[in-house]
Amino acid sequence: MITIGLDIGSTTMKVVALDGNGRIVHHAYQRHYSQINETAASMLKPLGDVVGGEPVAITLSGSAGMGLSQKLNLPFIQEVYATRIAVTTFLPSTDVVIELGGEDAKILFFGSNMEVRMNGTCAGGTGSFIDQMASLLNVDSSAIDSLAKKATQRYSIASRCGVFAKSDVQPLLNQGAAKSDIALSILHSVANQTVAGLAQGRPIKGQVVYLGGPLTFLPSLRRVFDEVLETEGTCPDHSLYFVAIGAALYPSQRSITLGDVVARLMRPGGAKTFTSIAPLFASRQEYEHFAARHRREALIECDPASYVGEAFLGVDAGSTTVKAVVIGGEGELLYSQYGDNNGNAVEFVSNLITTFETTYRDITLAKACSTGYGELLIKSAFDFEYSIVETMAHYLSANAFLEGVDFIIDIGGQDIKCFKIADGVIDDIFLNEACSSGCGSFLQTFSNALGYTPEEAARLALTAQNPVDLGSRCTVFMNSSVKQAQKDGATVADIFAGLAISVVKNALYKVIRSTDPALLGSKIVVQGGTFLNDAVLRAFEMELNADVVRPAQAGLMGAYGCALHARSEHRRAPRQRTTLTAEELKSFTHRSRTLHCKGCTNACLLTITTFDHDRRLVSGNKCDRIVDPASFINDPQTLNLYAFKQQYLASFKANKGKRGRIGLPFQLSFYEQLPFWHTLFSTLGFEVVTSPPSSWDLYLSGQSTIPSDTVCYPAKLMHGHIEALVREGIDTIFYPCSSYNIDEKKGDNHFNCPVVAYYPEVLKHNVPALKDGSVRFISDYLSLASKGFLPKRLLKILSPYYDITLAEMRFAASEGYEALEAYQQAIRRQGEVVIANARMRGWPIIVLSGRPYHIDGEVNHGIDSLLLQYGAAVLSEDAVAHHTVKTKQQVLNQWTYHARMYDAARWVVLQEDAHLVQLISFGCGLDAVTSDEIRDILHHRGKIYTQIKIDEIANLGAVKIRIRSLLAALKEEG
Amino acid sequence: MMSALFTKAMKKEYTLLIPNMVHPHFNLAKEVFVNHGYTVAILENRGPNVIREGLRYVHNDICYPAQLVIGQLIDAVKNGGYDRDKVALVISQTGGGCRASNYYFLLQKALKKCNMAHIPVISLNLKGMEKSPGFTITPFMLLQTYSAFVYGDTLMALANQTRPYEVHQGQADALVEKWTAYLGSRFAKNRGYIGWAMKRNLAAICAEFAAIEVKRTAKIKVGIVGEIYMKYAPLGNNDLQAFLEEQGCEVCVPSVMGFFYYGLDNAATDRTYYGGRWGISLVTRFTLRQLYKVERMAREAMLKSGSFTVPMPYTEMKGLNRDLIDYGVKMGEGWLLTAEMLDLIHMGYPNIVCTQPFGCLPNHICAKGMIRAVTERESEANIVAIDYDPSAPRVNQENRIKLMLAIANERLEGQNTDS
Repeated sequence: MITIGLDIGSTTMKVVALDGNGRIVHHAYQRHYSQINETAASMLKPLGDVVGGEPVAITLSGSAGMGLSQKLNLPFIQEVYATRIAVTTFLPSTDVVIELGGEDAKILFFGSNMEVRMNGTCAGGTGSFIDQMASLLNVDSSAIDSLAKKATQRYSIASRCGVFAKSDVQPLLNQGAAKSDIALSILHSVANQTVAGLAQGRPIKGQVVYLGGPLTFLPSLRRVFDEVLETEGTCPDHSLYFVAIGAALYPSQRSITLGDVVARLMRPGGAKTFTSIAPLFASRQEYEHFAARHRREALIECDPASYVGEAFLGVDAGSTTVKAVVIGGEGELLYSQYGDNNGNAVEFVSNLITTFETTYRDITLAKACSTGYGELLIKSAFDFEYSIVETMAHYLSANAFLEGVDFIIDIGGQDIKCFKIADGVIDDIFLNEACSSGCGSFLQTFSNALGYTPEEAARLALTAQNPVDLGSRCTVFMNSSVKQAQKDGATVADIFAGLAISVVKNALYKVIRSTDPALLGSKIVVQGGTFLNDAVLRAFEMELNADVVRPAQAGLMGAYGCALHARSEHRRAPRQRTTLTAEELKSFTHRSRTLHCKGCTNACLLTITTFDHDRRLVSGNKCDRIVDPASFINDPQTLNLYAFKQQYLASFKANKGKRGRIGLPFQLSFYEQLPFWHTLFSTLGFEVVTSPPSSWDLYLSGQSTIPSDTVCYPAKLMHGHIEALVREGIDTIFYPCSSYNIDEKKGDNHFNCPVVAYYPEVLKHNVPALKDGSVRFISDYLSLASKGFLPKRLLKILSPYYDITLAEMRFAASEGYEALEAYQQAIRRQGEVVIANARMRGWPIIVLSGRPYHIDGEVNHGIDSLLLQYGAAVLSEDAVAHHTVKTKQQVLNQWTYHARMYDAARWVVLQEDAHLVQLISFGCGLDAVTSDEIRDILHHRGKIYTQIKIDEIANLGAVKIRIRSLLAALKEEG
Repeated sequence: MMSALFTKAMKKEYTLLIPNMVHPHFNLAKEVFVNHGYTVAILENRGPNVIREGLRYVHNDICYPAQLVIGQLIDAVKNGGYDRDKVALVISQTGGGCRASNYYFLLQKALKKCNMAHIPVISLNLKGMEKSPGFTITPFMLLQTYSAFVYGDTLMALANQTRPYEVHQGQADALVEKWTAYLGSRFAKNRGYIGWAMKRNLAAICAEFAAIEVKRTAKIKVGIVGEIYMKYAPLGNNDLQAFLEEQGCEVCVPSVMGFFYYGLDNAATDRTYYGGRWGISLVTRFTLRQLYKVERMAREAMLKSGSFTVPMPYTEMKGLNRDLIDYGVKMGEGWLLTAEMLDLIHMGYPNIVCTQPFGCLPNHICAKGMIRAVTERESEANIVAIDYDPSAPRVNQENRIKLMLAIANERLEGQNTDS
């Protein structure tokens, strides 16, 4: 009997037919665009030639096959398991299989201890991730391969999920980095993600087999995996079909005729089982009314052919699109253009200026201004007179449109920006986290995936009868929710409507965190290309239960704000035009090159773009030492407490000792307790070796032993620190567990968070060198809270290995406590110095409030020096927390580190010139508690709350916008 | 204090709303409260509005159980037909170093946001945190609740071991309902909590379950561990147990009491690690010894009936974990979670679903961080970790569980052909 395996993945469908001897007699592969039943029927029909009318056995597999198997009453086999059957049958000598699919990544270990792993729900690095990246580069997915072959270097790209990686890739594109290099970097991030997420401590070695679409179609990806794994894997014949083959091999008693199956497939679907919400419009009439109301909201347009005189150019070079407008002296719209930037905003603007100036010779472009991701690129390329931060641009335009606007929400391709306006000043800013970008490009990705243009999708959504309730989460989750909804019988229209609603909910509940939309304001302007989608607009009004204003030119408002800025600056302080003319553009040249900066040990990878031989744009720099020496601060510790703390901790060096070497991994709790432990062990006569400062390479060296891919970055770095100590040849590592931190008597308790408290347990049981005992790992439980008890406890812990007396231990501990006290006092004293210096310079003071380990430059990505660059002094939370007395918070204040953050916030509200920026590690669940509480403390006293989520992403683009917006808002406030 | 205090005067007139976490325990414990003069409603409301309210009023990055429980309470207040001026909300507070200690405050914040700050919130904890004058847990009540939970654990274990094999479907569940009602009626009369009455009841329960006609076939045996709410509450884990049973598995969920022993036990460990008062450590040790007696009574009843797999005593289960995760890991489910995995494997449930809310901090350590070590020690272990979240799609969760089941099935078939 012919046996058939049908593998229905998230994006494609594969069918394989085997004859009685296990030979493949038919195979086919097709994208299904979520039209599962139809595709299945059309793929099964040709098999009729092979089997005739004979009965066959069919087994289904794949993530989308589960539901169908129930409907068809056919056997189902889990896809990883199917792969295993196929590999055991056809490639029995295999040790490891790496299989990448549309949305899944899997590793299978064979041999005596068989293990199978699939990526968790928060993980990218798969086929659709590569597709997403390809569309960002504006190339075909297969072109990624040929591009990667030409690459000469690599950038670090976050591999956790598409959204993260996007925020790394986009700035690279905007900086003009070569697509080939980016393509290679993308493939590397995929390989790293797979290894970090799935290896979980088990070494990938022996005969490695690559399966699945991406690894089949992209030879470069296989090479990258070879490189990362230091091995040479093979990609067998039929590498796409192993799941289907396994399904076909799966023993099944049931036989059926093909005709039967096809008939069942074509049977209309059952009842709808997905959760739906009210349709966007109850009637045609309601829609007409809605459309008419919004048609009225538009800028005044003026035919440029009839306009004579000065005009102003505004360019908003966004993440995926470039918008440009030219306005006249009265703010009338003369000309506009909206296009995909296709990774090349410079060409777009160059064409625009040339076309405009040659067509309308009676108009002079008096001044120009840029904003957006590509703000500096465009400004230096064309020597624009001005540039402004995008939040400001949006405020200017919204206010011009609706005077006295008190709330603006802008949803663009990749960002959501919202601001509250009070008394003409931006009062509060909300930007989306890198992890919840439910924005324009999100809608576009989905409409493309389902085979529609975004415009068609928007139109369809308006007609939906039962919009799917998709919740409000990140794209990775959404993909699967959409899949589920389709399985449950939702129509494409229902899904598009559901997606539009989810974008709105994401903005309201995740970004703005609003509970009562009525509190947003009374004059609300919505902007950004995404609001041109009527479904999104309608969903927003429904969720708000209020009418809002959407300018017909919603997508152009950033550019319009720029033009307005150019106009008012031109009038305020006239100066020579520098913006290139059409004439000058004829000889316009630009050239980029990349090099590693030699200014310091960071060795930033700089991209230097030179325009017309004289204008230079440097990007990729973490400081201004080379780029702008004039404003570079040589002694940062006088204005930046983070720098001071880093220096202070770096001063603890190893001294030779009689008791031998002991290693301390320098992250998490050691970031504060290093003075204590270093002094204690040195006093006892140890040579104390601290692991080197964190770095990306250090992270990579430990990533394969991380068991939980959603833990915070500082914890993940610990694996690298241990690895570094092991490689250093240290034979004893000391890293104690501790439920309790230092008790500063400022909260309800003095806990550590679970990760800080117990991470040594994870290391102990997952890092090979610690598990096999080749390195002694002392991770017993203790706390610094009780000075009297600690020496006794410590003695008990250390005495099995070392001969130490209680007196020695008591003395060493008291030295340690003194060193810790000295450190904390130094921080407080230096805090006063920084405050005094800032006030002398008239700089704002920013309390960069986080945990002690956030001063690690690899964790905060240099946000402290960025603030310094922008002319703000930086304090840490522990420099000011001691100023406030113990107060009851509105939450259980039970963690030592968090208590300081509340106290720091309460200090900030009493200072005119101090502000708070909270650093939050991605995945830190406790900050769901602290961030709301800190926001409340600040708002209560009229301060702006700003939070920055940090992870392994190195790109500071979004952070810059946030900080510049904050500083601009502070400036406006005066 | 942000929301209203639950006063003594309110005790008579108010209905306490308590979200259900585990059946039949909560329904049994309810009668204890009734017996002591409270009016109690155990919430069973489900549906999309529960999580909608949760997302609306709770920080979206907080753990899923908080969103669900708070969402369920608010949904009940809004749509449950209760008099909003005559209800009080009850929420648990663990008092440990994880976020769960903050649910009480998050609920208060949520109430404030939806203009219902006049509704009193009662913290259910054993540490004397956030006291309400109208709500006191007397030692007597505690003891009775303890008994109710021991009954609950016994009923749960027996039903789980019977249901998949019963010849006449529904008998096991019917028996659970019957005993829940009967014991409730006894509790209401202040009876059935202790001594020989309890012993007799437990024996009768075991005998009745043993009498259910069953057809024992080889089934995949799956254990569920995880964060406490996700582990037990069908609302949280998308009816995990029902799903597994539909797939033809026998399911074992560790006892609820284990968690309480663990909580008490940790106080003694703290004394060793961090110093502190002898008193607490002594009191807890003494209390635990008394409690173990009741545990023994329940185990003996099960043993006597001869038809069931009897869970290990707590102290033995604890011992399984030696040299694996340290007993100092006490936040969330801590070392107990690792020990439960080992316990399940020893009891013959080597296939394990480990449930946690997305981003659960303790489970990075004691669940995902230990799976590798558990698997290395117990080669037959077949563990899958599943994250739950307001929009984590069921299809992905089920697919991963099916992978675990496929391996389990292969091993089961291997055993059958071997024997």
